[in-house]
Amino acid sequence: MIDILLSILILTGAIFTFIGSLGLARLQDFYTRLHGPTKATTLGVGCLLIASAIYFSIREDGISLHEVLVTLFLFITAPVSAHLLGKAALHLKVKSLAATPEQENDTPPSPG
Amino acid sequence: MRRFLPHPLLTLTLAILWLLLVNQLSAGHIVLGTLLGWLIPFVTSGFWPEAIRIRHPLTLLHYLVIFLYDIVRGSFHVAYLILLGPARLRPAFVQVPVMLKTDLAISLLANTISLTPGTVSVLLSEDKRTLIVHTLDTDDADAVVADIKQRYEVPLKKIFEEGID
Repeated sequence: MIDILLSILILTGAIFTFIGSLGLARLQDFYTRLHGPTKATTLGVGCLLIASAIYFSIREDGISLHEVLVTLFLFITAPVSAHLLGKAALHLKVKSLAATPEQENDTPPSPG
Repeated sequence: MRRFLPHPLLTLTLAILWLLLVNQLSAGHIVLGTLLGWLIPFVTSGFWPEAIRIRHPLTLLHYLVIFLYDIVRGSFHVAYLILLGPARLRPAFVQVPVMLKTDLAISLLANTISLTPGTVSVLLSEDKRTLIVHTLDTDDADAVVADIKQRYEVPLKKIFEEGID
């Protein structure tokens, strides 16, 4: 019974991670590509981590909570890296499908 | 008190983090975790000028539930959009006016926006009043802004900034 649940979780995680990577290949410009990998990590890796936590809690003594930490660090770092990539792209005026905000053109790049 | 224990919440968080990291609960590690939890905020207190205060723990809990629900809902949405094909996407930059004042609340808002699929926050204006958000697929920018403000900003304001103006 537990095995079935774990299999479903792992499969779901794998499918979402795959779709995220597929997005990297299929989407057209830099900004939309940002969405694929950052988003796949949230649900895809989330599912894999839940499966891992359940498995190791059952097979070994005591509950395994390392996965909580992985999730936490992932949730802290993934948006920050996406934000910085996006910010750098705006400064470099990377080709975009969407109209980039005019504000960026008016203000000179700040030294910070 | 304030001087020797600058951030009680941070101390607690770091102690719990340490226990999770060693993955075992023993008296020695609780002492060590608490010690680290005290020492790190003490040494780095120069980087944390504002005290962190959570005014409504229940609202925070409610916020987390909404947040998790949005991650799941949004992941399905983005997966669907990717499979559907890039030709149908209507990406757009949206400017979200920010009414939050503290840095912590603003960064939490930006993180939340980036983690909930379909939107990535890309730029915070220098006066910290406008957040530029890239959305993957939208035909109504105003609705996106209203959604972000109502779902995330209002509770964050209540949790971290009630009484500050």
